[in-house]
Amino acid sequence: MASTEIVHAHAAPQGFIRKYIFSLDHKIIGLQYYFLALIAVFLGMGLSLLMRIHLIWPTASLPIFGDIKPETYLMFVTMHGTIMVFFVLTTAPQGGFGNYFLPIQIGAPDMAFPTLNMLSFWTTFVAFVVLIAAFFVGAPLHGWTGYAPLSAVPSSGPGEGLGADLWITSIALFCAASLMGALNFITTTLDMRAKGMSMMRMPLTCWAWFITAILGLLAFGVLAAGGILLLMDRNLGTSFFVPGGLNFTGQTSFPPGGFSPSTDLVKHNGGSPLLWQHLFWFFGHPEVYIAIVPGMGVASQLLSTFSRKPIFGYRAMVYAMLAIGILGFVVWGHHMFMSGMSPYSAFAFSIMTMAIGVPSAIKTFNWIGTIYKGRVRFHTPMLFAIGFVSLFVSGGLSGPFLAQPVIDIPLHDTAYVPGHFHLIMGVAAIFGIFAATYYWFPKMFGHMMNETLGRWHFFITLVGTYSIFMPMHYLGMAGQPRRYSQLTEVAYLHPLIPLNRFITYAAIVTIAGQFIFLFNLFWSMAKGKKAADNPWEATTLEWTTATPPPHDNFGGRTPVVNHGPYEYSVPGAPRDYIMQNDPATAPVH
Amino acid sequence: MGLALLAIIWLITFFSTYFFVAKTWWLPVGASAAAPWIDHQFALTYVLMGIVFVAAQGSLGLFVWQYRDRGSASQVHYSHGNTTLEVLWTVLTGVLFIGLNLMGSSVWASERFEPAGPGAVQVEASGLQFAWYFRYPGADGKYGRTKPELMDASAGGEAAVGLDTGDAASKDDVVSGTMYLPVNREVDLALRAQDVIHSLFIPAMRFKQDAVPGLIIHMHFKPVQTGDYEIACAELCGLGHYKMHGMLKVVSQEEFDKWLASKEAEKQ
Repeated sequence: MASTEIVHAHAAPQGFIRKYIFSLDHKIIGLQYYFLALIAVFLGMGLSLLMRIHLIWPTASLPIFGDIKPETYLMFVTMHGTIMVFFVLTTAPQGGFGNYFLPIQIGAPDMAFPTLNMLSFWTTFVAFVVLIAAFFVGAPLHGWTGYAPLSAVPSSGPGEGLGADLWITSIALFCAASLMGALNFITTTLDMRAKGMSMMRMPLTCWAWFITAILGLLAFGVLAAGGILLLMDRNLGTSFFVPGGLNFTGQTSFPPGGFSPSTDLVKHNGGSPLLWQHLFWFFGHPEVYIAIVPGMGVASQLLSTFSRKPIFGYRAMVYAMLAIGILGFVVWGHHMFMSGMSPYSAFAFSIMTMAIGVPSAIKTFNWIGTIYKGRVRFHTPMLFAIGFVSLFVSGGLSGPFLAQPVIDIPLHDTAYVPGHFHLIMGVAAIFGIFAATYYWFPKMFGHMMNETLGRWHFFITLVGTYSIFMPMHYLGMAGQPRRYSQLTEVAYLHPLIPLNRFITYAAIVTIAGQFIFLFNLFWSMAKGKKAADNPWEATTLEWTTATPPPHDNFGGRTPVVNHGPYEYSVPGAPRDYIMQNDPATAPVH
Repeated sequence: MGLALLAIIWLITFFSTYFFVAKTWWLPVGASAAAPWIDHQFALTYVLMGIVFVAAQGSLGLFVWQYRDRGSASQVHYSHGNTTLEVLWTVLTGVLFIGLNLMGSSVWASERFEPAGPGAVQVEASGLQFAWYFRYPGADGKYGRTKPELMDASAGGEAAVGLDTGDAASKDDVVSGTMYLPVNREVDLALRAQDVIHSLFIPAMRFKQDAVPGLIIHMHFKPVQTGDYEIACAELCGLGHYKMHGMLKVVSQEEFDKWLASKEAEKQ
């Protein structure tokens, strides 16, 4: 497996275009992914702000946008979800940090397939452009889950014409890009490890990226197939997801909007709307782990580093991630308890879903166990890692409610669900991204980020996101359905408007706080304190090389690994950390 | 910094828990036979998850403060973990989660494994963009034929669900925009959708079920309290999703019979 004679696959390019645009260097590609995600996250966040404003001031006319119509609101819903899930939560942790640091952490000069890596990024970029194009022709209103027949029949609403075609095309392209990336990550992890870097000496971040890549390889292929079938239903007259006898005259009686659906009967026969849901969620559930598992890796790495203590139960952490990955493929039906699927299969999906709580709990216990009797240093990356654990607990514990079909009856498709998944796969994953940014920024850009601004950013974001998403659980219990553009029509929702107003205010403050981060990021690149090669006194291989790392990562050296990844405070050692490539004569554990 | 973290994490935990315990916002009052059972399982899950929540957040906050860097490497207890503890909490969480699940499954089974009993009121609910219609089969106990090409939502009533008046069984079918049910009698509800997926959500009945085009899904529940209860659509169905709502009126058997008879009379 590991080779001592790795020759870097390609020479350092000189021209600007080959160096920064069509680069083969995994570090540049990692940064490209990261900045794509940065643009996407601010766009997605802007859409969520518009939604929150419209929910509590439905009649207000906004600058630039003018009046927000119900369909405009639903377009924001669709685009917010799609942008955030695909182009932020999948792109930044895996494509961004995974690309940049997986090869360095395992002691490799680059990814196994540099050209494929470049292709993967540019396909993702094209997918993003295609998605954004949907804004200009009217984006679809079917939500990020795109349930058929709403997503399959252009007559079903505004935006379900060309906009929906662009949306599906974007997702299919994204799937192709992710498959390329996944292959690359898996091969690199298995084949490119430095001498001495056995699998069980890999940092937990590498395990996380490796497992995420396997999930991506198995999940994105299914979504791509589903997307292609949906495109065929829409454009080639097939009927995979559309049954016969649909009549779309309902909307003609709906007053304004300027949308007049075809009153013809839809010419389809024999399709199944549930088939789309099965295909979508077979991808969709592993996708939430694709978003969160890299964050688990980062949290583990940082909690150990900043507690100056080995990770509690390294093997248990690896097995727990593997178990989460495997179980993640047999629980998709818990999104479909109310769909009309057999109630017997709901029972089976429910047991599997509850079982996934076990490895998740193991991870939480081990994170807390890592801090216990440690020596905690409160640098900004550590604050976000601690925040990650807190959010993971909160978002995780609302899961067992939804996982029980009988409790899902009142809670399904209410605000409880966005409350739950935003805490865990949204905000917790974003905290993982923030933690990784503050942690690796010095290595990537050669400067430290500002700590004071970092702390402000942390506290505003932690309190702010809890204030947004915890109350959504209360709203869901009281029966507020999700994806309602106004709360004025149904009488029992009226008493819930004040709490919704509070959420909107919290969102405005939290979003404002993100500009502190944006400023810190760009200001520190130019003006931040110069970073040493190992500012956090960490042990993994990226801290053994220059800052920023040279083109081949280790400047002609090939690292040899003699130690596990988290040897902190080893009794008898000369300093409180032993780096992975330190000589073997130091105490080995 | 450790103390600030401790304070923030504990305050978040306190406020989150307070609003749950105080029931400031809670499930609406249940008015169906199954509501107490569903609410019981809900409350049980709340108590157990609440304990884990407070314990986990509490210790996280406490430890980051208690084990803050005091400047000496000797404060660290060098350890790679503890297998006994790992096994212990794996087993404990396994028992907790799976046990909780099994406790709730009997309620699920009674709600969904068995069809409605004999003597249940027959009602068909049709979802279309953006309204609910309810059909009663009349004295013959049979729903008449419907045809997609006859559906005309703007005409409302029978035309909205596409009732074929040429069919003998449709003669006594009653279609209503409001759902009437007699109290203390089970309803055998047949759910249909005419265009996209809708979801019939009656919070007070603890009832929710998607209506899926191409499928007729039979569900049952039993209202146990008279009154007016709102119906909402819970599955995104298009631009009018937020205003797709209706009303369930649970009345005495006599009132129900009277209402049905008056609707039949209107038809003649």
